[in-house]
Amino acid sequence: MMFDYSGLYQFLYSVSSWLLWEVGRILGFIGIDSGNILYPIRQFLVDPQFVYFVALLLTALIYLVAALLFGIQFIWMERKFLGRFMDRRGTSVGFLGFFQNFADAFKVLLKAVITPKDADKRVYQFAIFAILAVSFMLLGLVPWDINWYAVNVPLALLLGLAVFSLAPFALILAGWSSNNKYTLIGGIRGAAQLIAYEVPLLLVVVSVIVMTGTLNFNEMVAWQQGNIILFIPLFIGALTFFIAGVAESERVPFDLPEAEAELVEGWQTEYGSLGWGLVMCADYLRAFIICALFSILFLGGWTGPTFLPGSVWMLAKAALVFFFMIWVRAAMVRIRTDQLLKFCWNRLLPLAVINLAVAVLIKIYAVGGW
Amino acid sequence: MTEMWVNMGPQHPFNHGLWNLRVKLDGEKVIDAEPVVGYLHRGWEKMVESRDYQQIIPMSDRLCYCSALTWSHVYVGAVEKLMEVEVPERAQWIRVITIEIQRLASHLMWLAAVGTDLGSYTIFLYAMRERELFLDLLTNLTGARMTYNYMRIGGVRNDFPENFERDTLRACDLLEKRIKGEYYQLMDMNSAFRLRTENNGYLSKEDAMNLGVTGPNMRGSNVDFDLRRDDPYEKYDEVDFEVCVEEAGDSFARYRVRMREMLVSIDIIRQGFQKIRAGPVRVKAPRTAPVGTAFYHVEDPRGESLMYVIGDGTNQPYRLKVRSPIFVTVSAAPKMCIGYKMADIPAIMGTVDMCVGETDR
Repeated sequence: MMFDYSGLYQFLYSVSSWLLWEVGRILGFIGIDSGNILYPIRQFLVDPQFVYFVALLLTALIYLVAALLFGIQFIWMERKFLGRFMDRRGTSVGFLGFFQNFADAFKVLLKAVITPKDADKRVYQFAIFAILAVSFMLLGLVPWDINWYAVNVPLALLLGLAVFSLAPFALILAGWSSNNKYTLIGGIRGAAQLIAYEVPLLLVVVSVIVMTGTLNFNEMVAWQQGNIILFIPLFIGALTFFIAGVAESERVPFDLPEAEAELVEGWQTEYGSLGWGLVMCADYLRAFIICALFSILFLGGWTGPTFLPGSVWMLAKAALVFFFMIWVRAAMVRIRTDQLLKFCWNRLLPLAVINLAVAVLIKIYAVGGW
Repeated sequence: MTEMWVNMGPQHPFNHGLWNLRVKLDGEKVIDAEPVVGYLHRGWEKMVESRDYQQIIPMSDRLCYCSALTWSHVYVGAVEKLMEVEVPERAQWIRVITIEIQRLASHLMWLAAVGTDLGSYTIFLYAMRERELFLDLLTNLTGARMTYNYMRIGGVRNDFPENFERDTLRACDLLEKRIKGEYYQLMDMNSAFRLRTENNGYLSKEDAMNLGVTGPNMRGSNVDFDLRRDDPYEKYDEVDFEVCVEEAGDSFARYRVRMREMLVSIDIIRQGFQKIRAGPVRVKAPRTAPVGTAFYHVEDPRGESLMYVIGDGTNQPYRLKVRSPIFVTVSAAPKMCIGYKMADIPAIMGTVDMCVGETDR
């Protein structure tokens, strides 16, 4: 039996079609043929549409589990590194403290679900799904290796950033529907921050597109493999992308939407139990996606010495970027909303524009034959 | 956006203790503020009226968990004045040294709280780590971590344990090194920290004096006044030290005053160990106080704390009035908060160093 290894979805499709075909054969073997009352079920199982549906479901399931595991893994990484930065040991339950987060995840799973009495219940519950959906969807768009992705759309980068920019709506909905002053302020702050920081982020991405001439992640990495990793010519852009990425993932020093000193927990205040746990996980997942994007756009993605598989290089590079995010968090204090927006418009935007000009000039004069 | 009142408290991550700051917001801007205290009122002043003078010492420790020693000190000071007890030289020096250790521990606790207010757990954990050194010293001396029950009417409970001087000086050296190195890099040189603390929570010199703000908060507003120098008690007149005054009057100035005061406290501790001589640490004090009144005020880590005691010839005080520095300072909260952003409130009230135990008594 030959499976299609060209991608996760393709692989799962070939596996499930083979599996269902075998099930159909077994059903035929035990005597379920035309005329039997169970024959329509057999027909249904081997229907290409059903196979397609099963493959899609399996892909989604694998990505959901992977997303949760990534989230938990990055929380662990942050706890350990932050501990070392703060002159302590960090979590230490289980092997290197790795089981602490699983214990925490099961703890929030078992907590009672409490919805505030005056909350707009449908929107309140919808908002959490919206946040989770737009965060988990991103994971499917990012390729991990040359043939390791859920979907390979030609405009993957554009689609990814479009999905990323849906989050502010969910934040406002969550903040508004909880019917609490803190969540309202947190939600509006969050939306303002995410929208503002998308501008420099997108401008930097445009410079990468100018350099590589493509919107597809695979081709971007292939370009960097053939020429040079973009971190070197677009150093300013990489820095801008990193700072804007920290803001987009709502981390210190830009964690104003959940500034716990004045806003308790920001827009997440009224979410408890599993809802809060999943939002927390989605937060880390978004930070991780930013790191993965950074490594694809500027560090050459999965390229690296061949003694390790490409996906390991990809994860290692993303983890390295995340390490810098943790470092920033350990060294910085939270800044204020107006300072945050001023910083974005007065500092990051000019830097992004300069970076774009650099990219265009390199392209015009074909520096280094790029 | 319409204006709205937001209750920041009594259960809110920003207030350290049980108090409530009601703020009126226009968008994110604070246009009115009103502190509400009293959630932790225990009737302390009434409680002590039915206790012996000796029984009140451990209770006065409970006035503030951050600086228990200074509160029992101001209490025994007032009663000693009432009973006209002369404290031995060595006990006075021990008081100076232990109070300065307590001041260091209290300021480090404040620094930790400011760290969490501003969202930096690194500051919190570094300050807590250093505070532990001084709590260990006081544990070694008194046997307790927080509420020491160490001061006695007529002296202190016991003399220094073995090697106390060596350990204290080592801890002081370490803290001095870290304040000048690590802390300076982490906070003074950190532009994000300065963005958050500079140019907010401005309290003018006139306002600070008129509202009765005392201590580091007042010295941050360019008022050159320190009870340790201007009305010396114990042996402070024999110690040569600097009074830290900052001109700016904002949150950063209050932060700087406290950081410099820690260095000054280290200096005082060193001088104290040089000048302390052997001798008794306690004299026998009468159990009853004469009819009369006395007051005693000291420079608490938070400001001027004062106790006014009325004796009626029995072994219990007729009345004991406590002047708490933060109870007075919190009335300046509207002055400091109005006109700034909501996000500034933790930075402003954090640098004020709230302690609700003494505020509500």
